[in-house]
Amino acid sequence: MSALLSVNDLRVRFRAMSRLKAMATRAEDPFIDAVCGVSFDICKGETLGLVGESGSGKSTIARTLMGLVYAQEGSIRFDGQELTGLIGSARKPYRRRMAMMFQDPVGSLSPRLTVRSLLMEPFRIHGITGRDPAAEADRLLKMVGLPVEFGRRYPHQLSGGQARRVGVARALALEPDLIIADEPTAGLDVSVQGEVLNLLSRLQRELGIAILIITHNLNVVRHMTDRMAIMYLGRFVEVGPTDAIFERPRHPYTEALLSANPEADPDAVLDRVEISGEVPSLMMRPSGCEFHTRCRYAQDICGRVFPQPTADGGEDGSHVFKCHFPLPA
Amino acid sequence: MAEGTHAIAIEEARSGALTGFARRLARNPLGLFGAVLVVLMVASAVFADLIVPYDPTQIMVGPRLAPPSLEFLMGTDQLGRDVFSRVITGGQVALLVSATALGTALSVGLLLGLVAGFGPPWLDNALLLLFDTIRSFPVIIFALAVVTLLGPSLASVIFVVAVTTVPIYARVVRTQTHALRNSEFITAERAMGAGVPRILGIHILPNVIGPLLILVSMDVPLVITLEAGLSFLGMGVRPPTPSWGTILNDGYGYINQSVWPVVSGGIPIVLTTLGFTFLGEALRDIFDPKLRKEL
Amino acid sequence: MRPGEPAQQVASSRPSLLEVVDLDLAFQTPRGRVLALRDVSLAVQPGEIVGVVGESGSGKSTLAYTVMGLLAENAEVTGGAIPFEGRDLLSMTAEKRRRLLGNRMSMIFQDPTTALNPVRSIEKQMIDIQHHQGGSRREKRRRAIEMLERVGIPDPQSRIGGYAHEFSGGMRQRICIAMALLVKPALLIADEPTTALDATLEVQIIHLLKDLQREIGCSIIFVSHHLGTVAELCDRVAVMYAGEMVEYGTVRQIFHHPGHPYTKALLECDPGRIRTKTRVLPTIPGEVPNLVEPPSGCIFRERCPHSFDRCVTEVPAPRDLAPTQWARCHLLDDAAEAPA
Repeated sequence: MSALLSVNDLRVRFRAMSRLKAMATRAEDPFIDAVCGVSFDICKGETLGLVGESGSGKSTIARTLMGLVYAQEGSIRFDGQELTGLIGSARKPYRRRMAMMFQDPVGSLSPRLTVRSLLMEPFRIHGITGRDPAAEADRLLKMVGLPVEFGRRYPHQLSGGQARRVGVARALALEPDLIIADEPTAGLDVSVQGEVLNLLSRLQRELGIAILIITHNLNVVRHMTDRMAIMYLGRFVEVGPTDAIFERPRHPYTEALLSANPEADPDAVLDRVEISGEVPSLMMRPSGCEFHTRCRYAQDICGRVFPQPTADGGEDGSHVFKCHFPLPA
Repeated sequence: MAEGTHAIAIEEARSGALTGFARRLARNPLGLFGAVLVVLMVASAVFADLIVPYDPTQIMVGPRLAPPSLEFLMGTDQLGRDVFSRVITGGQVALLVSATALGTALSVGLLLGLVAGFGPPWLDNALLLLFDTIRSFPVIIFALAVVTLLGPSLASVIFVVAVTTVPIYARVVRTQTHALRNSEFITAERAMGAGVPRILGIHILPNVIGPLLILVSMDVPLVITLEAGLSFLGMGVRPPTPSWGTILNDGYGYINQSVWPVVSGGIPIVLTTLGFTFLGEALRDIFDPKLRKEL
Repeated sequence: MRPGEPAQQVASSRPSLLEVVDLDLAFQTPRGRVLALRDVSLAVQPGEIVGVVGESGSGKSTLAYTVMGLLAENAEVTGGAIPFEGRDLLSMTAEKRRRLLGNRMSMIFQDPTTALNPVRSIEKQMIDIQHHQGGSRREKRRRAIEMLERVGIPDPQSRIGGYAHEFSGGMRQRICIAMALLVKPALLIADEPTTALDATLEVQIIHLLKDLQREIGCSIIFVSHHLGTVAELCDRVAVMYAGEMVEYGTVRQIFHHPGHPYTKALLECDPGRIRTKTRVLPTIPGEVPNLVEPPSGCIFRERCPHSFDRCVTEVPAPRDLAPTQWARCHLLDDAAEAPA
């Protein structure tokens, strides 16, 4: 299966201090690497989950893929076409084929537009004249299970779940090949979360869309994704089939992350791997393996040598992790 | 509270924004009073030609400095002109000045503010410097300078008001645009491929125009008093065209003989000022979500 | 203490630290009165952690703010009483009530960023909060440093002079906890204290709260929508829905033998509890009712799969399922009569 989206060695840097301050403090490197050497593929109709704590760079990847953030190094190939150098009108056709759902369900909808105008936006932006946008808006509303009357409402008159549905409808408007969903369940109640996720998987089945889900909610990843990647300080520490990773995490950070998922059962066996401390600042990346400062298995070498990716597991070796002392398979 | 707003949302969606606004205004007595005054003022200026009983510039319609009577509702001035006719016609000047000056300031300020708020940082800084430079002139001194250079006329007054108000409006718009440019719905539009004109015109403009209109409506009385003040000083409208300022000035010279011209020239200024201020405050209460006491 | 069966005797022999009795509360909004809390009752024993769970709009945070007396101006308590250590908070003078805050009762908030004053140093804020306590400034500073050390702020001696923005989100929440517990309150109210934090920090904060609670012996009202943290931390759980408390019981009763259909549905919806991988997740169809005009009868009936005639006409009264558990549901009244 050829990849729909193929990301190679992606690197995104942000300026952490102004030129003046960098000069004054003689900082050698006034930049921080928000995303660092990230590579992954998404195939048609596949769901990939991107997991990490805040500041791990997972949202930055999404924004870079959408061309909202500039990628310093690496390549992003979509359906064979390199996207990194494309700007303005050259990029526009690809914006049709990739859609993004943003974190805040209500806040990502323009507040003074009605739901109908919001749904007509993609058609207007891309100058699609062949179809009647108003009819398309109604069709989209029906597709995501909202009554057509909702077209007259404004975003603030919607509940979180309804606004999320509008977001899904808008992402689907131009029949994209890939949807990037940044925290699709953020701000939603558990009873509504399921609705939105079910809607996404139903539409994926019907339309064959590939989905990139970015979330810190491991439960969502477990049920929704085929493969998952775990990020720490802008790098992938482990990538592989979701089931395999939940079954047998190989990287200690993955292990800790999976066990830091309180179960709704007071009698759950608490063989918890609690990691101490917090995510280090991107300004001061630890040397060697970046997780060694919090890792309970860390030894001398971890602080000195950056671990190389190890492929293992399964018949195709699709389970990859970066650790000197991986957990037993 | 989510459950409350929800049902309300349905109700609001049904009734539409305008009726909702009218309903809220009706619940604000001062605002309603202001709205009535404003409507009366505007209507009297627009239909002035139908209302005035005499030609406002015609000398010796009646006796000089006569007190109000049924024949001359506000009495007559030192040249025997009907003050009521002059006050009504003077409203036209006030309306013309405030509408033109503030309209220009609004459009220019809006445009510059959007550009400053959404453009690159260097442009933002350059425009801010310009705004602050203009704002640092004292208005009256600036007005005197302009009048000296261009000569006293209605156009000078309009020019002064527009130039000094643009930076204020532009700054308000700029700050709001700046706050909005990184909000998620703008990013969402960019991700869909929307261009800058579309983002500014369709997504940012409707969010910044509300507060600006409130500001404008509260500025109307300031402009009217400024015009009156300049005309009073003989630097605005030239006689014999009536303006509230010139009526006041004329009355002031004869205040020992009759107080009526001063009172008649003052009342419309007071009422209009109150009207726009109350209306502006009501608008602010209704449209500014930060001040709205709601859950 | 995890109260199992003997909790009932404990409860009857010891007076409750805090009780909420038949509390009714309404918000006056431009579009009508929102009946945000209706007939809510709750008892908190000394040294006990009570979780209040519910979805957005359930009134769980409103309940917490009512107990603290920190409600918005348009809120009006229309009925009920909140006796705390034997004295009713609602009939107390404002001055007396204020004296309890930051002394016998304290609170931690959802967002540690906005809960701290950005322009005052942590040291000043931590000394200020001890204004009810005696002792010199130096004494108060020493206590503050000890407490920061206890909540896991590294090098508190030198960092206490810092400002809120110099700390990470997790550290800020630790500081908030330190401030809240510095005064050794009898009751701590925690309003979604881990919602803004990452999963690994969430676990750390939960454990910290649990340890500190054991040390100080205070009671905690823990408001959360996260079933996992509630299951882990709390002794008892109150389930709220649309302004009503629908079920109350020990943590095991609620999670293992839920009585109310809403509690059951809520637990079923939690994807963390679904063991086998599935692409179709359970949901609760329908929407939270409008609380300007709440529906007649049972508040949950419009979304309840088992509702029948009686649910429309009659508000279900709390019914005991076990000595320490009750739920408001007609199905429990007469199991035989109800459709399966």
